[in-house]
Amino acid sequence: MALTHPNTETAIATPLPAIQATGVSRLRRFITFLLENRKAGLGLAIILFFVLVGLVGPFLVPYDPSQIGVGPPLQGPSSQHWLGTTQLGQDLFSQLVVGTRHSLMVGLLVGLLSTLIAIVIGMTAGYLGGLLDDILMLFTNVFLILPFFPLAIVAASYAQAFNIKGLTVIVIVLTLTGWAWAARIKRSQTLSLRSKDFVQAAKVSGEPWPRIILFEIMPNMSALVAASFIFATIFAVLGEAGLEFIGLGDINAVTWGTILYWAQNNQALLLHAWYWFIPPGLCIGVFAVGLTLVQYAIDEIANPRLKAQRIPKLRGARTRNASPTASATQVEGSTDAGIA
Amino acid sequence: MRYLVRKLGFYLSALWIAITLNFIIPRLMPGNPADTLFASFQGRMSPQQLVALKASLGFTSGNVAQQYVTYLWNIAHLNLGLSYSHFPVPVSTVIADDLPWTLLLVGLSVVISAVLGTLLGIIAAWTHGSKFDSLLPPILLFLLSFPAFWISLFFVYIFGLNLHWFPTAHAYAIDQNISLNWTFIGSVLYHAFLPASVVVIITLGGWVLGMRNNMISTLAEDFITMAQAKGLSEKRVMLMYAARNAILPQVTSFALTLAFIVSGQVLVESVFSYPGVGYDLVQAATLNDYPLLQGLLLIIVVAVLIANFVTDLIYVRLDPRVRQEA
Amino acid sequence: MPALLEVDDLVVDYLTPTGRVRAVDHVSFSIEPGEIIGLAGESGCGKSTTAHAILRILRPPAQISGGRVLFKGRDLVQMDERQLREYRWNHISIVFQSAMNSLNPVLSVGDQFVDMIRAHVHSSKSDARERAMNLLQLVGIDRTRIRSFPHELSGGMRQRVVIAMALALQPEIVVMDEPTTALDVVVQREILQQIEELQQEFKFAVLFITHDLSLLVEFSDRIGVMYAGELVEFAPASRLFREPKHPYTVGLMNSFPPLAGERLTIQGIGGAPPNLANPPSGCRFHPRCSHCTPSNPALYALQTRVKPELQLVGENHTVACHLYGDGRER
Ligand SMILES: Nc1ncnc2c1ncn2[C@@H]1O[C@H](COP(=O)(O)OP(=O)(O)OP(=O)(O)O)[C@@H](O)[C@H]1O
Ligand code: SF4
Ligand SMILES: [Mg+2]
Repeated sequence: MALTHPNTETAIATPLPAIQATGVSRLRRFITFLLENRKAGLGLAIILFFVLVGLVGPFLVPYDPSQIGVGPPLQGPSSQHWLGTTQLGQDLFSQLVVGTRHSLMVGLLVGLLSTLIAIVIGMTAGYLGGLLDDILMLFTNVFLILPFFPLAIVAASYAQAFNIKGLTVIVIVLTLTGWAWAARIKRSQTLSLRSKDFVQAAKVSGEPWPRIILFEIMPNMSALVAASFIFATIFAVLGEAGLEFIGLGDINAVTWGTILYWAQNNQALLLHAWYWFIPPGLCIGVFAVGLTLVQYAIDEIANPRLKAQRIPKLRGARTRNASPTASATQVEGSTDAGIA
Repeated sequence: MRYLVRKLGFYLSALWIAITLNFIIPRLMPGNPADTLFASFQGRMSPQQLVALKASLGFTSGNVAQQYVTYLWNIAHLNLGLSYSHFPVPVSTVIADDLPWTLLLVGLSVVISAVLGTLLGIIAAWTHGSKFDSLLPPILLFLLSFPAFWISLFFVYIFGLNLHWFPTAHAYAIDQNISLNWTFIGSVLYHAFLPASVVVIITLGGWVLGMRNNMISTLAEDFITMAQAKGLSEKRVMLMYAARNAILPQVTSFALTLAFIVSGQVLVESVFSYPGVGYDLVQAATLNDYPLLQGLLLIIVVAVLIANFVTDLIYVRLDPRVRQEA
Repeated sequence: MPALLEVDDLVVDYLTPTGRVRAVDHVSFSIEPGEIIGLAGESGCGKSTTAHAILRILRPPAQISGGRVLFKGRDLVQMDERQLREYRWNHISIVFQSAMNSLNPVLSVGDQFVDMIRAHVHSSKSDARERAMNLLQLVGIDRTRIRSFPHELSGGMRQRVVIAMALALQPEIVVMDEPTTALDVVVQREILQQIEELQQEFKFAVLFITHDLSLLVEFSDRIGVMYAGELVEFAPASRLFREPKHPYTVGLMNSFPPLAGERLTIQGIGGAPPNLANPPSGCRFHPRCSHCTPSNPALYALQTRVKPELQLVGENHTVACHLYGDGRER
């Protein structure tokens, strides 16, 4: 469960300059920025790759991923079986490709659902304030502080006893444990937007509050919503893998997490079947890297100072360090903090 | 005092909510939860066990309200019932045996991670724009993206099974008895090395990036320029003026990170068969040992809340603005 | 004998990603011992940048691109870190525009004094504290306040603490960058009065920065007026008050009511200062200048194409404006 809270919390104090204008242009400018940013570009490419694999891959795989005995058991990578086989002779490459679809589906679904919950709770609390705000925030903070994974394990374990099968359990459990962080961020942003002129104007003109939230406040939070959607998706992909790894959820579904479950249960480590457990982990990691890159690019729009500045060298200008701190923070050439 | 009292109040309500969730979760299941649940144990359990199980989940006599009161009463008396997988050992005994190992592992890795991460963050901000500063964040982000349990598998495979550098299971060598001598302590640290490394790896990034970003924001403050104009040495400006302020938000965000640390820890312990409460939790989940599961969840929540309160105490020491209020 | 501080042809650029912003453009002036020099100009004209350059506390993307800052004949621009540390605060100190934020929130007032004193003077902690308490007393703050943290002080008190700190090592020059803007009018007056008294007692020179020209007229010996990174007029205070030459100075003079005395008609300057990344050609003030009309084609061509140089127009009075070519009015 490797996750850090992105820096958005500190960044939101200053509403995103790039997307401050009114109208749809905000969104367009935001998207343009993402496309121009090197970090975000790489991240989007990674995400796109996995989405494509998840969409079309399952139609193209050479074997039925669950079919036993399509090859000899526990065979290393070969031209027949690109990533080798399980000890039941299932094709691991096919499993990985089909698993991509399920893992992505769970990840994106949880991302979407918990972002929705976060929006509803965060914005309502932030906009309406008062006692409702206090109660909602108490709940949010409690959910934030509680160790979600043990909670998820307990809930999933019950669900299993009740024969609630499949990925539904995972989706429900992860959604319920994953919305709180984003709700808090959205609340504070809503709070700061609430006093802005255009919101006040809408209020005075008698627009109902759900409308104001939806059409006046939401568009100003697009970067934030995007960031927390990504965060929730990372959380979900990693959380899903963790739950499935210990056999909660549906062990018969083919996902990155269940491949790892079967690998662990069949002593893949002891049998030196590295091709069984390395690829799924790499997929999870690289997909999460892609998401994280996009998220940090969004953070940089929100808080440009974090980005090392590029100082053009001037010909003929006598360059001197202006101060000790300056010399410490002096920028040398191109130093984009991104992956070069 | 007001600040700490308010915090304490919050933690108590969090505890109450967690306990209540614990009570509600089994009742949220479809159908008649108690019957379904206990039917699935028919034949697998002695009637004795079944009664103990029912009691520990609060399925006692009376209506739901009465059940809830009995349930709270039992928890208040640390009467967590009997473990089903370790039957008839009380849940509290199982937890008491294993909690110290978890505390050791978490404590070790949190301290290492916090100290190392903060230092690296300071250096990165100090050399903002340098190679170090521009390479460190992406490397850390890369590491952060992998599930802790998978990194554990990887480490077991490479450093344990292939290179034989470190043990791959248990908290100390089997031929050792628990005692306070250097061989035993050495054995414990040797066994803790790999699992602690994994937890450090997955948490380091948060500390480094957080500290770096806070430092960069702080360095733009006027009091930094003033310190510089006063002719203070660069080291003093960076540490006593910049880092000293930048660390404050780090302390508060530690509370949030803690939930992540504990969550990662659970699976790390499970992969390394490390005899802590995380390992127990996974075992209990797979064996459907609900009393143990409930007890473990409770103890983990309490531990996290206590850690949060300790963090608040530290924060109060560090920030004079809160100290006054506190 | 050289001046105490001589700013000679100073150029400071901000190297922003979108291009170079020349915030201080070939500025020269000097400060004599014990003198109060005023520096006035609208927001963004480069006053703070000049002040920070004098202490060499500019941060990237700012850079001193040219010129010299001579303190008793030694060029600061060439000094290395060690020399700079010695020079700062010992010889020249600064009171920032935002005193509110110039104290470290997590250190007590005393610690921040001790920090600074011990960075320069070999002294024990208790001696340094004693000295700090005397300084607090000097600016009218109770000695026990040494234990206070910045958030426990009022805005005015904080500013006094910062002033006391600036005087601690008895520097020859104190730069004051709008030391009173963040305060309310009553406190503002008290603090100004205090600065005046302290100055008379300790005879340090002051570089006093403000955009309130009328304040400077009462307070300083000589006044420089900056516009868009350039010094456009420099004159003894009384002279500038009686006969301001540059149209910008005239406008500025009329923009603010004097602190004392009756209200003058407020006649501000139309328009806004130019973007320094792309300043106007010729006289930078010409787009806003009422003396700049095509009705006088010769002058108009000059104003819009040729940059006016600083010229002597009277005793110690220089102006950069085409209206005053070669010391005679046109
Ligand atoms: N970090 C920066 N990057 C780019 N340009 C800057 C930066 N800081 C200042 N400038 C530019 O330098 C010019 C001078 O700024 P400076 O702070 O010296 O003005 P000032 O005269 O002190 O104004 P004020 O009265 O508002 O304090 C401004 O016009 C501004 O555009
Ligand atoms: S030179 Fe011309 S435009 Fe510039 S200030 Fe003088 S009169 Fe105005
Ligand atoms: Mg200024």
